[in-house]
Amino acid sequence: MALSSKHLLGLYSVPKEDIQLILDTAVTFREVLERPIKRVPTLQGKTIVNLFYENSTRTRVSFELAEKRLSADIVNFSTSTSSTKKGETFKDTIKNIEAMKVDMIVVRHESAGVPQFLTRISNSNIINAGDGLHEHPTQALLDMYSIREKLGKIEGLNVCIVGDIAHSRVALSNIYGLQTMGANVSVCGPATLIPRNIEELGVKVYTNIDNAIKENDVLNVLRIQLERKAGGGLPTLREYHKYFGITKERLEKLNKDVLLLHPGPINRGVELSSEVADGPYQVILQQVTNGVAIRMAVLYLLGTMN
Amino acid sequence: MKIKAKQIDETGLNRTVTRLAHEILEKSKGSKNIVLIGMRTRGEYLAKRIMDKIISIENFTPSYGVLDVTLYRDDFRTRLKQPEVSVTNITFDVNEKDIILIDDVLYTGRTVRSALNAIMDLGRPSTVKLCVLVDRGHRELPIKADFVGLNIPTSINEEVRVKMKEIDDEDAVYLVDVSKD
Amino acid sequence: MKIIFKNIRIIDPELNLDEINSIVINNGIIEKIGEINQEDVTEAQLFEMDGKTISAGFFDMHVHLREPGREDEETVKTGSLAAMDGGFTGIACMPNTDPAIDSAEVVEFILNKGKGQVVDVYPIGAVTKERKGESLSPILELIEAGVVALSDDGVAVKTSKMMRNALEYSKEYNIPIIEHCEDSSLSEGAMNEGATSTMLGLPALPSVSEDIIVNRDLLLAEYTKSKLHIAHISTKNAVELVRNAKKRGVNVTSEVTPHHFSLTEDSLKTYDTNYKMSPPLRSKEDLEAILEGLKDGTIDCIATDHAPHSIEEKEVEFIYAPNGIIGLETSVGLVFSELLHKKVLDLNQIVNKMAINPRKVLNLPIPKFKVGEKANFTIFDTEMIWTVEVSKFKSKSKNSPFNKKLLTGKAIGVINNNKFYYNGKTIF
Repeated sequence: MALSSKHLLGLYSVPKEDIQLILDTAVTFREVLERPIKRVPTLQGKTIVNLFYENSTRTRVSFELAEKRLSADIVNFSTSTSSTKKGETFKDTIKNIEAMKVDMIVVRHESAGVPQFLTRISNSNIINAGDGLHEHPTQALLDMYSIREKLGKIEGLNVCIVGDIAHSRVALSNIYGLQTMGANVSVCGPATLIPRNIEELGVKVYTNIDNAIKENDVLNVLRIQLERKAGGGLPTLREYHKYFGITKERLEKLNKDVLLLHPGPINRGVELSSEVADGPYQVILQQVTNGVAIRMAVLYLLGTMN
Repeated sequence: MKIKAKQIDETGLNRTVTRLAHEILEKSKGSKNIVLIGMRTRGEYLAKRIMDKIISIENFTPSYGVLDVTLYRDDFRTRLKQPEVSVTNITFDVNEKDIILIDDVLYTGRTVRSALNAIMDLGRPSTVKLCVLVDRGHRELPIKADFVGLNIPTSINEEVRVKMKEIDDEDAVYLVDVSKD
Repeated sequence: MKIIFKNIRIIDPELNLDEINSIVINNGIIEKIGEINQEDVTEAQLFEMDGKTISAGFFDMHVHLREPGREDEETVKTGSLAAMDGGFTGIACMPNTDPAIDSAEVVEFILNKGKGQVVDVYPIGAVTKERKGESLSPILELIEAGVVALSDDGVAVKTSKMMRNALEYSKEYNIPIIEHCEDSSLSEGAMNEGATSTMLGLPALPSVSEDIIVNRDLLLAEYTKSKLHIAHISTKNAVELVRNAKKRGVNVTSEVTPHHFSLTEDSLKTYDTNYKMSPPLRSKEDLEAILEGLKDGTIDCIATDHAPHSIEEKEVEFIYAPNGIIGLETSVGLVFSELLHKKVLDLNQIVNKMAINPRKVLNLPIPKFKVGEKANFTIFDTEMIWTVEVSKFKSKSKNSPFNKKLLTGKAIGVINNNKFYYNGKTIF
């Protein structure tokens, strides 16, 4: 068994067998993470570049740990886009990095399409660690892993993504991946945060959070960008919390067993109340651990491909 | 590929396993510190059978685990097909244990090398001994089995195929010809 | 120089002419249209033109020449050569240069650079100083220096008030204001907003951004009774707005680019920056409305919005790439492939939209097939099959999404200013 592509650019059009293989392989690595020595020699001699054009401590640390635990050699290249815009072009940067003989590139960039662009100018395996508002496939994979771990399956589940869908790269990857695995996917949020024509992707849209909680098995709650109030689409964060925030009262009122995911970092008191963020329904920290296992699985499957 | 000879049948396999169990017990002088680790895939079932024999002989149940060495292999770059990984399932502490590592066929020794590395990452056992059903020769590394069921001298164009009922339809050991003609 | 085009199909919608005949041209003037006799042949160079067609020279009224300011991307000279090779005898160039065409000096500079070529170059002046939308350019000076239209192209004229002033101020001279219709507060984005942009995760601008300004300007043109030309129309609603305005008698014309009648937003799925333009490629519905608008005359002209960009500027991350593609050397091929052969327009309509109407909008003389008239013509072969090869383009820039595309129909020659370029060679 091997993946059908030498890159992981997104989950759009990735076949079910591939997602299944990644999730199953991650089970192995989840076990490795429980060992006293959390390291296997599998990618010894492979060089991986973490190319982060956008700040993302969590994703970068998770990838870095996954790479280290597979014994790969790692180079971190983090830069703010504003500085590269003035100097060397992106293409030149990539050509330079490639000349140093690397095998894989993990890339995070504020522009959608950069991973695709990379496949045209580079020979390495490309892993998308988030591009613009497009995709963040490893996050969606770890979300699916966590759902499967907790509920035993994905197929047939009702999963609702809650929050700022319009400014999220996690939402789209989740929609594609979950749909491929047979889940019914919906989104919930104020209309200003729901992308236009998202229904055309086969996604149900809720504008009332209570209905979303009632009708779903899983809520994947996205972070609201505090600084930008979600691009001007929200009057106040207090209002968002009041009408869309997941609170203990809300969950108790509906008396519904629901699994809560959150890609982190959490804004307590905005999308989740503190009680809920620490409560029994959520698996937020398991998600973080699973994230390392999922990234190890992806790196392993791509890195050992011939 | 064609079968050259059936080296052993169901009864023979059972006898060999019984003998291996006795030898292991004899060498360990009745120590309760031994643990059995089978290597996926057929080593896992072989270890299970040896464990059952030990239980019936000594009325003692040694710890038993399964090791997947895929992540420790050294042939990722040369193999055409990507190997499938499965889970290592060793729930006990290997520190200070006397490990009996069990596999079906010993050939180049590279899989055993991978297994030793994998075990070392799990802890520091007192001793590791190797038990194989068949030794077919052609070692590429300085590795030797402590317990051998059957020595089958082979040529490079031959392979040893171990069949076990747990996953195959019979218990047997075959010598097959894999030369391309 | 005396030349003869023998047995050529002549199309002249103005004279209601569509016939196969022969033309004698002497020193750039039509000497004769009709039977060729021995006397004509002895002193002239004869071109057998069976299967070829000739019409008024094609005119591209929306071109960016980048000179002054970005001569590395295009100059008046290279742009004119690209136009010549693409089958045009005249082009109008937009004022978003550096400095902008907002003074008589820059107009004269461009006119000077454009002299002595097959292709006539007509500058378009900026509506406002530096195209900033804050105060009017010296419009009368610009007109006197030779601009044929006014535009802040690249952006819309910033405020309704400034647009009203421009329309009123220029009205006396019957010169059009060419508007790039885009509401700047709704225009942050790299592609058209819709399901495709959602799928691609690219920041997107809605089509209503164009519709708002089209509507604003139509109302202002109606109110001031001035002349308005809508540049590169791209949305269904905008076509409908212009159609209705024309019915009401508003003095408005419009143009569409070849890419907007041949491509949709679906092309962006590869994140190829050569599909990034402003206005962005729209939906299939919009494209169908554009074809309808071309058919019923709502859209008067076809113009390329030829926008050269260097490779290093265009070969970058999608959201940083500049908007625009070059179009002079693919326009005619796309018009024939997408409009003639797919039976959207007939040859008469095409000649109108490619040659006659742009000149009418800009108040320029229209070339006619009459003895004594100046020869300003394009010769084309509607059936020629060819492959677009950007490396062979005369344009300095290569940013075309049509590279390697197979097209049917091509301009094979242009004659103007007593210069003749034919089959890739300068004849005289």
